[in-house]
Amino acid sequence: MKPGIGNRASPARRLRLAFFIALLTCVGFAHAQAIEPMPFANHAQELRFQHLTHQLRCPMCQNETLADSNAPIARDLRNQIFKLMQQGKSDEEIKQYLVARYSNYILYDPPLRPGTVLLWFGPLAILLAGAGVVLVAIRKRRREGVETTTVGDSADNGEDW
Amino acid sequence: MNRLLPFIGFMLLVGLFGFGIWWNTRHDPNAIPTPLLNKPAPTFDLPKLYEPTQTVSKADLLGQPYLLNVFASWCIECGVEHPVLTAAAPTLGVKLVGYNYKDAPADAKAWLAAHGSPYALLIADESGQTAIDFGVYGAPESFLIDAKGVIRFKHIGPITPEVLATKVKPAIAAMLKEAP
Repeated sequence: MKPGIGNRASPARRLRLAFFIALLTCVGFAHAQAIEPMPFANHAQELRFQHLTHQLRCPMCQNETLADSNAPIARDLRNQIFKLMQQGKSDEEIKQYLVARYSNYILYDPPLRPGTVLLWFGPLAILLAGAGVVLVAIRKRRREGVETTTVGDSADNGEDW
Repeated sequence: MNRLLPFIGFMLLVGLFGFGIWWNTRHDPNAIPTPLLNKPAPTFDLPKLYEPTQTVSKADLLGQPYLLNVFASWCIECGVEHPVLTAAAPTLGVKLVGYNYKDAPADAKAWLAAHGSPYALLIADESGQTAIDFGVYGAPESFLIDAKGVIRFKHIGPITPEVLATKVKPAIAAMLKEAP
């Protein structure tokens, strides 16, 4: 019996596997760095940067985040955010900095203000109104259902729905 | 009445849809309202395009109102507004300051040589760093800044003859009337 047969991979196979994994890691890394590399101090800072730029909207392109966009302004704003992070600014301070220049447009999550109450709670109100209509309809039908069974229902009474 | 309800609901949706179309013809969905309106313009200190060793700051321009026009040689719509600005500049009533945005100085000079310059003064922001403070996110954009350095009006996109007549000129007139 040769060694390495059975559930253990041969050295050559293991090497190939390691190479493949390394390659995959490179592909993943290249994708994450598709836009441009930035000299982050550590991984935590990079994650914070990614998280923050994914919450911000590119002013040039309505439906892209600052993290995804390749527009020149998005690149400039990413650099600016990076600089502000190096200066020790918090996420909230960086958002305020951008809102002061580009208005709330830059935020994907609009803040809760008198002007945005409808935006925040409108869908819930519509859902509740719909539930109310359904509830009333069911109650009405049930009451009618009780009456019609006592009278004796015919198939063509033309129930209106 | 019950039979009419779905129809009424449908008509409400049609109305909403029509309103959406009407609204979008009246408003540019890409135009971001500037929070800087009626606030002091950000401070800046930028080199002149033709004499890069000299800089122009916000303080240098205080005392007389000006229209700050953000343009670049790579910007296609700037070519659209350029003849309008050239024709309007002498009768505008305010100084026209060109703000060359994210442009190589050589490209900007070649573009101005080809099209002519309506600008009384030209400053260059090659990196686009100062433009962030102005909330600029493209070109062309125009800011009307009064003698005290306050932004009185902003237009995003090219100044067409219509924009000039219905927005820019009234804004200038209102400003000059208030503080002659």
